[in-house]
Amino acid sequence: MTQAFRLPTGGIIDRSRPLRFEFDGTAYEGYAGDTLASALLANGVHLVARSFKYHRPRGILCSGSDEPNALLQLDRGARTEPNVRATTQELFDGLIAASQNRWPSLRFDVGAINNALSRLLPAGFYYKTFMWPPTPRWWLRYEHFIRRAAGIGRSATAPDPDRYEHQYAHCDVLVIGGGPAGLAAARAAAHAGARVIVCDENPAFGGDLRGMNDDSANIDGKACATWIDEAVRDLSDSADVTLLTRTTAFGYYDGNLVALSERVADHLAAPLAHMPRQRMWKVRAGTVVLASGAHERGIAYAGNDLPGTLLAGAARTYIDRHAVRPGSRAVVFTNNDSAYAAALSLSRAGIAIGAIVDAREDSELTGALAVRAREHGIRIVSGSMVPAAHGSKRVTAVDIESLSGGRGTRVDCDLVCVSGGWNPAVHLFSQARGSLRYDESLAAFVPERSPLAIVAAGGVNGCSDVGGALADGHAAGLNAAAKAGFRGPASYAAPHAEPVAPGRLRPLWSVPARDRSGKRFVDLQNDVTVSDIALAVREGYESVEHLKRYTTLGMGTDQGKTSNIVGLALLAEQLHRPISAVGTTTFRPPYTPVTLGAYPGEEAGAHLEPTRYSAMHDWHVAHGARFINAGLWRRAHSYPRAGETPDDAANREAKNVRTNVGLVDVSTLGKIELQGNDVAEFLNRVYINRWDTLAVGRCRYGVMLRDDGMVLDDGTTSRLADSHYLMTTTTVNAVEVMQHLEALLQIDWPELDVYLTSVTEQWSAAALSGPKAREVLAAVVDIDVSNAAFPFLAVGTCTVRGAAGPMPARLFRMSYSGELAYEIHVPADRGRATWEALLAAGARYGIMPYGTEAMSTLRIEKGHVVIGPEADGRTTADDLGMGKLVNAAKWCVGKPLLSRPALIAPDRWQLVGLTALDGAVMPRGAKIVADPDHALPNPMLGHVTSWCWSPNLESWIALALVANGRARHGETLWAVSPLADAKARVRVRIGPPTFIDPDGERLRG
Amino acid sequence: MRYSIFSLARNALSYHEHWPLAWRSPAPKARYDAIIIGGGGHGLATAYYLAKEHALSNIAVLEKSWLGGGNTGRNTTIVRSNYHLDPNAHFYEFSLKLWESLSQELNFNVMYSARGVLNLVHSPADMDASIRRGNAMRLNGIDAKFLTRDEIARWIPNLDCSPEARFPIHGGLLQPRGGTVRHDAVAWGYARAADALGVDVIQQCEVTGIRIDRGAIQGVETTQGFITTTKLGIAVAGHSGHVAAMAGLRLPIESHVLQAMVSEPVKPVLNTVVTSGAVHFYISQSDKGELVMGGDLDFYNSYAQRGNLPAIELVVSACLALFPSFGRLKLMRTWGGIMDMTMDGSPIIAKLPVKGLTMSGGWCYGGFKATPASGWLHAYTIARDEPHPLNAAFTLERFAEGGMIDEKGAGPYAWAH
Amino acid sequence: MLLIPCPWCGPRNQLEFTYGGDATVKRPLPDAPMKTWLEFVYLRDNPRGPHQELWHHSAGCRQWFKVLRDTQTHDILASGRADEALPGATA
Repeated sequence: MTQAFRLPTGGIIDRSRPLRFEFDGTAYEGYAGDTLASALLANGVHLVARSFKYHRPRGILCSGSDEPNALLQLDRGARTEPNVRATTQELFDGLIAASQNRWPSLRFDVGAINNALSRLLPAGFYYKTFMWPPTPRWWLRYEHFIRRAAGIGRSATAPDPDRYEHQYAHCDVLVIGGGPAGLAAARAAAHAGARVIVCDENPAFGGDLRGMNDDSANIDGKACATWIDEAVRDLSDSADVTLLTRTTAFGYYDGNLVALSERVADHLAAPLAHMPRQRMWKVRAGTVVLASGAHERGIAYAGNDLPGTLLAGAARTYIDRHAVRPGSRAVVFTNNDSAYAAALSLSRAGIAIGAIVDAREDSELTGALAVRAREHGIRIVSGSMVPAAHGSKRVTAVDIESLSGGRGTRVDCDLVCVSGGWNPAVHLFSQARGSLRYDESLAAFVPERSPLAIVAAGGVNGCSDVGGALADGHAAGLNAAAKAGFRGPASYAAPHAEPVAPGRLRPLWSVPARDRSGKRFVDLQNDVTVSDIALAVREGYESVEHLKRYTTLGMGTDQGKTSNIVGLALLAEQLHRPISAVGTTTFRPPYTPVTLGAYPGEEAGAHLEPTRYSAMHDWHVAHGARFINAGLWRRAHSYPRAGETPDDAANREAKNVRTNVGLVDVSTLGKIELQGNDVAEFLNRVYINRWDTLAVGRCRYGVMLRDDGMVLDDGTTSRLADSHYLMTTTTVNAVEVMQHLEALLQIDWPELDVYLTSVTEQWSAAALSGPKAREVLAAVVDIDVSNAAFPFLAVGTCTVRGAAGPMPARLFRMSYSGELAYEIHVPADRGRATWEALLAAGARYGIMPYGTEAMSTLRIEKGHVVIGPEADGRTTADDLGMGKLVNAAKWCVGKPLLSRPALIAPDRWQLVGLTALDGAVMPRGAKIVADPDHALPNPMLGHVTSWCWSPNLESWIALALVANGRARHGETLWAVSPLADAKARVRVRIGPPTFIDPDGERLRG
Repeated sequence: MRYSIFSLARNALSYHEHWPLAWRSPAPKARYDAIIIGGGGHGLATAYYLAKEHALSNIAVLEKSWLGGGNTGRNTTIVRSNYHLDPNAHFYEFSLKLWESLSQELNFNVMYSARGVLNLVHSPADMDASIRRGNAMRLNGIDAKFLTRDEIARWIPNLDCSPEARFPIHGGLLQPRGGTVRHDAVAWGYARAADALGVDVIQQCEVTGIRIDRGAIQGVETTQGFITTTKLGIAVAGHSGHVAAMAGLRLPIESHVLQAMVSEPVKPVLNTVVTSGAVHFYISQSDKGELVMGGDLDFYNSYAQRGNLPAIELVVSACLALFPSFGRLKLMRTWGGIMDMTMDGSPIIAKLPVKGLTMSGGWCYGGFKATPASGWLHAYTIARDEPHPLNAAFTLERFAEGGMIDEKGAGPYAWAH
Repeated sequence: MLLIPCPWCGPRNQLEFTYGGDATVKRPLPDAPMKTWLEFVYLRDNPRGPHQELWHHSAGCRQWFKVLRDTQTHDILASGRADEALPGATA
């Protein structure tokens, strides 16, 4: 299809570069420089969408990011994107677009039945019905259909193939908006010496001047386009200026941080190999110049949503910038001068103008543009309005009536250009805690003051002409630079354009309804009408926030850019209050919708969180380990052999530790070095037990409490030298414990001479465990490890001999498994060599590596608690059977609150051991009850915290917290897991938590 | 006028021009038998149940701004009772039972959508904790189901259930009766129903002082003058500390900002509520089609109803880790609410140490789903001057007594819950 | 995004820090009465306005320090070492 509605000349499109595209299955052609909207209009396509609620035919209303109607589904497959504004999507070759929210087709949409039923569907109708039959199930049924009718476009079903990135930047002055005001501001600031970033959401700078064909306007004696080119060249020549196009400033955050969304590749069919699709900028700006312009608004009259209805400024843009003829016979409906510029463009493009219908009286039409239009012989019908437009899928005629009443006339047209005035784009100013002031002459909210370093300039301040915008921008740029300390050369002169005296605007929000048949739309995206607003007020939803929420006004993807002020004004009218007293709703980020993928940037998928690996990780991988996540770490769960399940492997590994010897990677334990003269005192204060008695070359188990008395963490601390200690923490709490200790030292006890260093990453650690551990160790170390020379809880240094040569190591005789055991710590880069040396030496003793699952089995058998399952943040040391450790003679963190009544009550849940009776399997996550057949709610006496099949005891055992558990040893209770099986119950015998070697002979032997 | 399909049809005939006010806008009287501070869901519910269940007739709700303008209208609309600890489980289950019939009770469709709340399990340790919690729910008579990874993958096809995921999904704990409720409708429904029972719902009336004489409430100073009362209930989540300070009280509460966000509306892609503890994230799709999401606090004290980018980035990162196909959807709106974070993560619904003064607050993240039960029990506590067994544990004194209700076990750090 | 002035490193992005809560509560002496300990652990002024709070430069110099920040506006009014009084702070 040819571009039948393309003007023969003009525009800033590249006619030498035709681009093919598809809309709803039909192939079209446009040109480079088109937006999807302009290309559709060039092909005479006006009907592009169906509305959200009533499925009414909708066309293109705007030419920018304020578009409420023309939301299309772009592309297919994994790159499909819903709700793309045709007005901002640049055309590319091969673009595929489809209309949304219609079935079976855009022209014939079954959903339009809602329009016929609309009298039953006023604002908030769903709050008043769907309550019968009175069961939740029925609402779910209604909701099923409501949900299918709602929504607009469709989400992709495959993962997004594209990449996103983040960029931090700092500047003295950030200029948001690259129209005349923004460019003038940027140049002024840059010439003053400031580092400047300028961003604009469009593909090129120039703002509303871009591609405008207005021979009467010039800047510094040059055509506007020439001045823009020069300004951009001047800025890009400066090393201290960064120019960002296709970049929307969408959010204003604390510390003058502005978030920008740069669409790097959205104007291409797919990003090139080196490109992210989008880039999110986080700019810390000294001062922000907000030159974001203004959005035109419509007027609510019956049928103001028909395709063929454009905002006047948008019509002008399509004609001048894109050389598109949006209609052949137009009616312009306005209450202000700006629409006259559109009328002049229409006229230049050879589009017949049936009339300019102006709400103002003839005597008010004194502005320069109005005068020029009159000179052009365009028919102006003043003091009048358009009460209704007619047509079904395109406007065919409008009625024109005098505001003072009387008979109207009907004028045929296929294009209505509307202007109800302009709304300054104050969004970011408001986000920057700026206050707004209602300006009666503009009938709009303009920036008043902000406590932050933000300055508004140009259209956002209400400037309506180029001259005013330039002067305002220039002043804002100098002001912003000066705030950052740059007072620059005075030689740089402000750009100049002749000011155009605007005629006064006459506020007109809606046209009185002639009858009740026509809908007067305020919010086109959410189908909110003038009568919806009246209904909300009638029912008492008077607050502007109530109005918004009850009617959904301004809650669409356009966030009410064209509709909010109209809605507020109508609310004020209904309430008989001034608009300034009604106020606005809060402006929330983002300014325009931002792609979800841009927020994580590169921190997506596998990089959602860092992944931590021990130095032995590759060995574990090479030897078939199964892994689990432990905090951010990947740890070997077990090392299954051929034919083994992971659980089989863990049982084999655990049994081997008790009979021979095993080796486990414990590098993930937190390790903190403490040095200084007061370490013993410090440890006394942070652990429940006593530390001033610990000798050099010895280690000790310790438990730390939170300030509320609950167990925080446990681990061992070794005294390596007189004033040098090494503390280990649990894997998951390493970061938290370090922070806790630093807080105590720096905030509470700065007088203590203690220095902390986290060395978790610096040391690899392996635990060698089992009756043959000593033989294995003796084969690789250079020190005497006999029980006499290196007894239980001894600490020393040694050298490990391995294939890679001797390795310095720290040796600790401590046991988690309950067997004779040692921990060997070596510098991280020696971790794997040491690991391999131990395995090689252990081969003749039947050594096997073991993973976290076997480790867990061994510690359950031994009754060692773990932070998490047993110490769950609600347990005291006494609950865990470690009350004796709490040294009575000294104070420690958490001790003062331990005497609260509920913490010493007899029915506290205490740690016990459970043995499953009757050969039963201990169910996962079981609860302990006295009577499994008790009616619900069935009182719970406790729960299983950890459990396993004990390959050494050959039965299912568990650790559990049970009410008054220590007094129940020998009792039989029931473990139940109704989640898995309501009937399942296992008889369990309660006993002490230590199942193996209760006297500790093995680990001391 | 009763709301129904018939009244809707009847009013359609007259172009909806005869709908009455949903609630009056009365001027405050000089004296009330009971005053509730806070015109959100909790305060309005408290007033409603005082009037309905306890036959008090002279009640006012004082709202400093507009009804439902606090957290009632700012949350992610999730309701559930999938708690581990008994006091929480019984309390939230009572609330869920009230939700089930609330539309009919109030004659206002609050759209309780029992679409299920699925809590994902990402590790073996997570699995143990989830099953333990599910078992606790079942023994407490609350619905709970465990779903395997394969069952979840079939039910929610756009969820990444692959073992390669950074936090792979091992399964999930489902509460079928959990779901969502239309948040604004809760405030409006209670306001309308309370108004119909004679409660004065007074907007734009900020309490600026609390008058106490000999340890007993005498009344409140407000921006509309002094009002006498002897029973004063505080239901101002987010601002509990601020209001309690007017009565000379310090609370175990800090105010923090929590952000929430919605995507642009799309056709149905998610038919349940999905939550994940490992990546701290929750998501559902509103009836309008928006994906409603939230996650962690911003982690600093705040009374500003806005937050910063990092918290949003974390939420969206988590979202896309779970739902990689949502990557090309767009975020439409973000906002913040002020959370009353207590030192054990559980609320305070109790008498305060001033005669006649009570509060219901300290909701942390969980206030919305508690609304009906909070109102019901707060009303009971005011009317009977003693707590009901269901809120007997949620006292202010529990911290001094050692009876914390710490569901997460996170300890006395307000922002950790 | 908060720009937090670390007294040791200068202004840095919020992401480098961990929050530590109210800086006006002082750890009591070991033999302080239960009431004092309860207030220290649990009770907070929670002001709507300037708030003295602790931050930890956890991804930086690892120092805990004080910040005076307005909880209504998020404006940062002052910062200083953990052991010094902040200008403008009332407690």
